[in-house]
Amino acid sequence: MTAQLMTGGEVVAHAMAQIDPDVVPVYPITPQTPIIQHFAKLVADGRAATEIVNVESEHSAMSAAIGSALAGARTITATSSQGLALMAEVVYIAAAMRAPVVVAVGNRALSGPINIHCDHSDSMLVRDSGVIQLFAENVQEAYDAMLLAVRLAERSDVLLPVFVCQDGFTITHSAEPVELLDDETVRAFIGDYTLPMPLLDVERPTSKGPFAMPDYYFELRHQQVQAMACALPAIDELGWELARLTGRPFSAIEPYRLDDAERAFICLGSTAGLVKDVVDELRDAGERFGLLRICSFRPFPEAAVADALAGVSEAIVLDRAEAPGARAPLYADVAASLFGADLELRGHVYGLGGRELHPDDVHEIAEGRCGLYVGLRGASWPA
Amino acid sequence: MARLKMLAANEHGTPPLGAGHSLCQGCGIPIVVRTVLDAIPGKKVVVNATGCLEVATTRFPTTAWNVPWMHVAFENAAAVAAGVESAQRALRRRGLAGEEATIVVFAGDGGTYDIGLQALSGALERGHRLVFCCYDNEAYMNTGVQRSGATPFGASTTTSPTGSVGLGKLQERKDMTEIAAAHHVPYVAQATASHWHDLALKAERAAAADGPAFLNVLSDCPVGWGHEPRRFKEILDAAVETRFWPLYEIADGEHRLTYQPQDYVPIDSWLRGQKRFAHLLEPEHAELVRHIQARVDADWERLLAVSS
Repeated sequence: MTAQLMTGGEVVAHAMAQIDPDVVPVYPITPQTPIIQHFAKLVADGRAATEIVNVESEHSAMSAAIGSALAGARTITATSSQGLALMAEVVYIAAAMRAPVVVAVGNRALSGPINIHCDHSDSMLVRDSGVIQLFAENVQEAYDAMLLAVRLAERSDVLLPVFVCQDGFTITHSAEPVELLDDETVRAFIGDYTLPMPLLDVERPTSKGPFAMPDYYFELRHQQVQAMACALPAIDELGWELARLTGRPFSAIEPYRLDDAERAFICLGSTAGLVKDVVDELRDAGERFGLLRICSFRPFPEAAVADALAGVSEAIVLDRAEAPGARAPLYADVAASLFGADLELRGHVYGLGGRELHPDDVHEIAEGRCGLYVGLRGASWPA
Repeated sequence: MARLKMLAANEHGTPPLGAGHSLCQGCGIPIVVRTVLDAIPGKKVVVNATGCLEVATTRFPTTAWNVPWMHVAFENAAAVAAGVESAQRALRRRGLAGEEATIVVFAGDGGTYDIGLQALSGALERGHRLVFCCYDNEAYMNTGVQRSGATPFGASTTTSPTGSVGLGKLQERKDMTEIAAAHHVPYVAQATASHWHDLALKAERAAAADGPAFLNVLSDCPVGWGHEPRRFKEILDAAVETRFWPLYEIADGEHRLTYQPQDYVPIDSWLRGQKRFAHLLEPEHAELVRHIQARVDADWERLLAVSS
């Protein structure tokens, strides 16, 4: 195993070259673009034999990905923000048609106003689409998650799109030392793509994407619920299998210093790195804080979350997305998981449109000196 | 070369599109689909945009298709087909797929001229090997006859209705055949459901083209056009004889008429017999008919000038 300094964009492109997918239909958008640029160069250099389809929109990227994946070809694409919003219609259909497409997402705020920096509003837009969403904490985990995602998507009891979400710029454009598996190990781990009943099997023709009326629609949709239920234990199973190769655990949740914690933060993505540092500082000061990082946002590991937080007296959810008119999405899911539990629960919204979260902010949250919206200026701005 | 016997032979046993679908009597769509698929030799895979054809042939758990068929959404049939074609190319290169199947897309005029235009343009520009066949019945028929970019000037639809002041659609139709040709693809043709031999030959050439091919096929809709189902052939014939819908092809950039009407037939014989045009034939709207005739004449002259 070799350690290298790489950005999230580079490491995902490297993982893609090792996976060597048959088809990559893709359209550029910041901050995802480094992924497809680096991957295109790796293909141009003969490191992968992939058919790259430079489509004319993200809507067509996901449409072509569905066509390709269900034709019988291993398929990966990538997107961010408005691109994900544009493909949202077909993201739902990809899940419903059980197309095992892996999607590398560089999370970025949705317009408007237009903004290129990180928050999770793009992922939340397709929260209920039926796709699996894994959130990486750092560059290393973005790499690991890409490899796991291929296996997860293609399991015959799952067959769903898997989004590997990494925070835009914070991970996509930031270099960190990463350990990479060698190509043979990756190939052996991911294996061959064998889709049941591919479209290109002309001897046994299938009709894919039919029209379903009230007599069948409900049952067909419900199959996605069942696939998601299968995906949850599969993440941990595959995580263990991958950990035997990497030495790094991968699971639907990551508890950090939670065993004897009295109070716990809960968050997604790269913010966990910062919160871990603050937890260490608070621990040094004698405060029994911990962190529960949600690695699999969909399927949401409800029972594991409830179990992990069973001993705490206060849970503090940090959401990097807003849900105007309702509580923020991660808060809502944690609240549902903890319904009836004997603890205090509060939530904060932070970091929209790339607004930085500082350690001091997290300390203020810990001390209860912070409002619902972290760092939001009052009525006096912009003065 | 396509012969009736060959087309009929392909209908024996398991025809590509079987019986049991629920398309209307007199609808041109199944004639277009069967003629095109029967005329193309070898293996075929069909990609279908949302529309009458999709709805009427695949109500779950039934299907009328005996060839591989896929539908994803309305506006993206060309992109889905591009994915299927790329998958086939990638798998064949790796030795994981056998004989090359022809990828045939069927979409209505909505899924081609309007909402599907961007995906189609992208697929044509990228050079995917596929046959995109538009069954153009000149309006959104599946949702109940709303105007589209293919609806001709003067036609009454449910969103361009006639009334005490309304005169139907008062904009020209897009020239989708020439839009496709402007992508410099190897083969583009205009055909109709009524001229089966002409359509079959064009489907064959489209499938043989080394790159994207586009077929724009005028296909009647008894409900939307307002004609008796049994009259579909004479109405489509009138579109050709009046030169409203010339039969021609553009192979490697060269225009060629594939049928030249012998006599000059005034546009009235196309407008007559379709309820969507009935208001135009009232004496007070003679000016509108003259406008349509002038457009048809000018388009024909332009086509003659560039055709061999």
